[in-house]
Amino acid sequence: MAVRILLLGPLRDLAERQEIKTNGPLDWPGLLEAVGPQVAAQLADEKVNVACAGKVLADRTSLVAQDGEEVALLPPVSGG
Amino acid sequence: MSVGEALAAFNAAHGEAGGIASFLGKVRPDGGVRALELTHYEPLTLRGMEELAEAASARFALDGALVWHRIGTMRPGEPIVLVATAARHRRNAFAGVDFLMDHLKSATWLWKRERRVDGWHWIAPRPEDLTDLERWK
Repeated sequence: MAVRILLLGPLRDLAERQEIKTNGPLDWPGLLEAVGPQVAAQLADEKVNVACAGKVLADRTSLVAQDGEEVALLPPVSGG
Repeated sequence: MSVGEALAAFNAAHGEAGGIASFLGKVRPDGGVRALELTHYEPLTLRGMEELAEAASARFALDGALVWHRIGTMRPGEPIVLVATAARHRRNAFAGVDFLMDHLKSATWLWKRERRVDGWHWIAPRPEDLTDLERWK
């Protein structure tokens, strides 16, 4: 079991992969390290949301993901 | 189910409504766009759309709301999004559609990119999309 980090939208292209697996528990500094400097730089933008286990975090830095949970990095959206 | 069939079924489901308004969004056949691709995040996107429909129903006293959004790859001229509202009076139906579309454009978990001659380009929300959203706050 591991924490699955899912990259959505343009972040997927930036990281050149759709997901990253890492060992839990995963906190905010751990996430920034796991995704690499390019994606970490994007996460500096507060408009990039973070969801853990299907819930968008009100405070991204409060992240604590356990093994088996999914963390999604959600850049600004564009639908319609 | 086609757009026409969906609207007919929605109409049939809301026999008591005084009116039904709808909006169909399509891939614009201009600017050298060959294809449009929409992606979502399954655990959040549909739930968010359901909450959005409930919010619109409560705010505009709708009898019902139909909110469809496609994902995957679409070609110019193809439909992307279909929204319909049923209400006792037309203003509420129009406002409900407007509200739903503004939120689908820039407050729903969807990401859009388009393929032009030189490859794929991610589409960021336009400033006017965000201004449109602000109107409802």
